[in-house]
Formats: sequence, C-alpha cells, structure tokens
Amino acid sequence: MPVQSPASSIAEHRVAPADAPLIYARSLVKRFGDFTAVNGIDLDVRTGESFGFLGPNGAGKSSTMRMVGCVSKPTEGTLRILGLDPAQHGVEIRAKLGVCPQQDTLDTELTVRQNLMTYARYFGIRRRVARAKADELLEFVQLAERADAKVDSLSGGMKRRVTIARALINDPEIVLLDEPTTGLDPQARHLVWERLFRLKQQGVTLVLTTHYMDEAEQLCDRLVVMDAGKIVAEGAPRELIERYSTREVLEVRFPGDDQAPYADKIANIGERVEVLPDRILLYAADGDAALVQVTDRGLHPSSVLVRRSSLEDVFLHLTGRTLVE
Amino acid sequence: MAGALAVLNYDLVGYKRTWRGSAMSSFVLPVLFVLGFGISVGSLVNTSRLGGESYLSFLVPGMIASTALQVAFGESTWPVQTKFAWIRTYHAQIAAPLAIRDLVFGDMIFLVIRVVSTSAVFLLVTSLFGAVHSWWALVVLPACGLLGVAIAAPVFAFAATVEGSTNYFAFLQRFIVIPMSLFAGVFYPVSSLPIGVQPLAWISPLWHGVEICRAATHADHGSLWALLGHVAYLLLWAVVGLWLALRQFRRRLSD
Repeated sequence: MPVQSPASSIAEHRVAPADAPLIYARSLVKRFGDFTAVNGIDLDVRTGESFGFLGPNGAGKSSTMRMVGCVSKPTEGTLRILGLDPAQHGVEIRAKLGVCPQQDTLDTELTVRQNLMTYARYFGIRRRVARAKADELLEFVQLAERADAKVDSLSGGMKRRVTIARALINDPEIVLLDEPTTGLDPQARHLVWERLFRLKQQGVTLVLTTHYMDEAEQLCDRLVVMDAGKIVAEGAPRELIERYSTREVLEVRFPGDDQAPYADKIANIGERVEVLPDRILLYAADGDAALVQVTDRGLHPSSVLVRRSSLEDVFLHLTGRTLVE
Repeated sequence: MAGALAVLNYDLVGYKRTWRGSAMSSFVLPVLFVLGFGISVGSLVNTSRLGGESYLSFLVPGMIASTALQVAFGESTWPVQTKFAWIRTYHAQIAAPLAIRDLVFGDMIFLVIRVVSTSAVFLLVTSLFGAVHSWWALVVLPACGLLGVAIAAPVFAFAATVEGSTNYFAFLQRFIVIPMSLFAGVFYPVSSLPIGVQPLAWISPLWHGVEICRAATHADHGSLWALLGHVAYLLLWAVVGLWLALRQFRRRLSD
C-alpha cells in the first residue's frame, strides 16, 4: 500500500472521543466585491469519507475548495479544518492537506521527479525520504518509467496523475481535488478514477468537486449539490436519486423541433416530466411500462431510451438546468 | 526560514537547467563589453577628471553595478510574472505549508545569489586586466547584493500587479533601466552632467551602487560617511521595496 492510513488507524480515529469533523463549516460565505460566490453553506466532512461538491461551473465549488485549502479567506461564517481556524493556522493546516488544483501548477520545464522532490521540500521532507516517497507515488500513479521525463512531454492525463502524486507527497490527512478529470479524454479519466478509488479504499479522506455526475456517483460516499453559491441538496448519491428522482427515466424524442406539445399528452403517465430542447424525460418507476402507455396513446417517438435515474436528473429537478451545458 | 530555503531550492533546481544561457547574457557579454570599450575608448579619454584612475578602472566598478542592476531587473520581471500567471508556481507554493514571506524571501535569496555570483566572476576577470586596486574590492559583492535587492524588491511588487501583458516590463526597461544605466555615473562622472540633470542620477539606486563599487575598487576609498550614506539609501529602497512586494504578493495570492 503506497499511501498512509491503513484502515486500522482510521478505525482508531473513529472511536476517538473527539470525533470532530475534519472539515466543519457553518454559514460560510465568500464574496468578491458585489459577487457572492458562496452564499452561506454548512459542511461536515468526517475521517475516511469521500465527499463531493457537484454543480455546474460558477456554482461556488472552487471558491469553497480554496477556502478549505486555506488559500482564500472566508468573508463570513465559521470554518474549521482539522479542528483549526484557517485564519490563524493556515500553514499548519496546509501541512496536512494534499491539493490537486483545477489548473495544473506543475513546472513543465522540470522532470516529473524534480517536481515531486522540490514540492516535498516545501513540507520539510528530507531529500532521501522525498526520493523514496516520489518513487513510490510514481509507481502508484503508474508513471514510474516517466520519472525523468520533462513534464512538458506528458499528456494531459499523465500531468493530472503527476499532480495527484504530488498532492500525496506529505501523506495528507485530507486530499482536495478540484475537478480532477475535467478536460481529460475518457480513457485518462478512468485511469484517474481508478487511482482515486484505490486511495478511497485505503481510507484517505477525499474531497472533490466535479460537474460530472458519473464521477460523483463513482467516487463520493456523500455529496452536496451546489447551485448559485448554495447547497441545494445533500446525501449519498443513491439517496439523492431516490429522494429527488424515480427509479427509471424514459427518454423520448418526437419528430419535429418542438417537443412541448407532446409533453402535455404524456405528462400524466409518470410522476414527473421534463422537457429539454431535443427530448422529453419521463420519470417513472418502470420505464418500459411507461413506454407501453405512451404508444398506447397513439404516439410514436422517433427515438426511445429507458435508463436508470442519475444525479443529472436530481440536478435537473432541483435547479431546472442540466449540469454540463 | 526553512520555507524560504525550500523556495530557494526550487529556484536553484530550475537554474541548474538554464545557467549556461543566463551566464552568457548576464556576465560574458558585459565583460567583453567592458574590456573592449574600457581599453579601446579608454585610451582616448582624458583621465584628469577621473581621480587619477585609468578609464578601465573607472568603468569596471560602474559596469559591475550596472550588471547587477540588469540581473536583478531580469530576475524580478518575467520570472515573477511567469510564476503568477503561467507556470503558477506561486499558487502551488501557497497551497503547501509556505507563507507569502517564504515566497518573496526565497526568491530574493536566489536573486542575491545570482547577482553576487555574477559580480564575483566579473570582478575576478577584470582584476586580471589590472582594473582593481585594492582588496577592499571584495566589498563590491555585498554592495551589488544590496543594490540587487534595492532594485528587485520594488520590481517584484510591480510584477505582482501585472496581469496578462508584459509590455510594462519592456516599458520599464526602456524608460527607466536603460536611462539609469546611461546617466547614473557608470560611463562618466555624474558631475559632468548638466547641473539640472544631476539630481536624477542621485535619486537612482544605481548611482549609489556605482559609488560604493568605485570606492571599493579604487586605491582612494573616499569618505566613509559618503559610503554609509549610499548604503543607507539602498537599504531604504530595499526595505520599502520588500514591504511593497509582500503587500502585493498577499493581494495577488490571497483573495
């Protein structure tokens, strides 16, 4: 196991009397001039948990992450990381965080190993320890054979994995990942997910932001849905889907540009209906049964899809908008 | 301090890759220039107003200070901007357990190392040509380090405010740095400038650096009080500049 936190030590943490959340926020606000990026949110993230912020661009996810990462001061509210106040103990807290920022901050002119080694020094890690740790982490992110390559020569997905390795150099208690797979091709995303899933299994506390519902479903034990600076829902992915959506969704597309007239004709078949520009979503426990009812009414969609509900549907229900425009 | 040294370590690792090119521009060219110019043009110069020194001996300390200015300016403009906007090194560094002062001081120590090592090689080579007349010439090294900080610290502060376009640096180079190099007593005594223009030379940090270097390399060291005055003036620039740099870095990095 390349990274700290064997399950046993996590268990010890859990039974410890002071079972305080690693991240605790109440009425947290961040304003930039007149613009309110984060508008009064509450958070409790516990040890070993994998916690996500799901929301579209501009929802306030990154602003929240920057406050949690102790590089941005809250405008109002209470924030405690590892029980400490970032305003007073920023440096101490950051010593125990691993940060994978949205935009890579690797030095592209240095080698992969040099990036890790110089970063280790910021944490006061001695050279020899840093070298061993860097080798171990590059093994973990499957880049051992690229250790002496210039970062410049790596693909986007590889750079992302270097950033993740760098974030783990200090055996962090919390790993913050701001949109870890945005901009990666599907194959690269899956490789990153797989590595993050391994970390999660090892009991590392992960906090991530994403606007990909599949990412949130795969990686998060619990998540908050953010929209316009507020938390609009909170829970485990499955819970949220059960609470805000039906088990299945029937997607139908009718010929012609305007789907709305058809929506009226089928609205009472399921529990709820959403009209998108190019298709209608019909929420029902049994999608196939709903389709039979649609055709019974003499309507013949040009295309049909029955699928399980996803977080995308939860988001659509809560905000009236889709996650990725 | 450990934090600043960690930042310095990063700078040195990067410099290991680029030092050859930078040595060429920051040291080899000025030395060739000073020898060619000092010896050839120097033979035509009437040295009666240079305090009895040869023109080469007059020019060398001025050029050392002027080179210190160039290196300090170079290290505090584009590299700083790059670390904010492109490589985003500073953003990576403040996500780690470093304070803003570690970033500023770490980079400043690197800059002093660059300036002092360049000055040292410059001094060594020119001394072989008989341009140095006293062991006190070693004072040139700390003097150039101080001049470097006096120049670089306010430029750091300025570079931290620059977003996007780097035209401002070219502007600074053309309208401040080059005129300063031409009129602050590097090539001729400031006293030979028209009276009305002389105060412009006096307010420039470079002139004070040149005066210290000249006093150190010449046989006649001049007045101690004048020297202390020059040091105090450069210290003022350095301290105010560092204060400004810390403030601007804080503004840029912590919203």
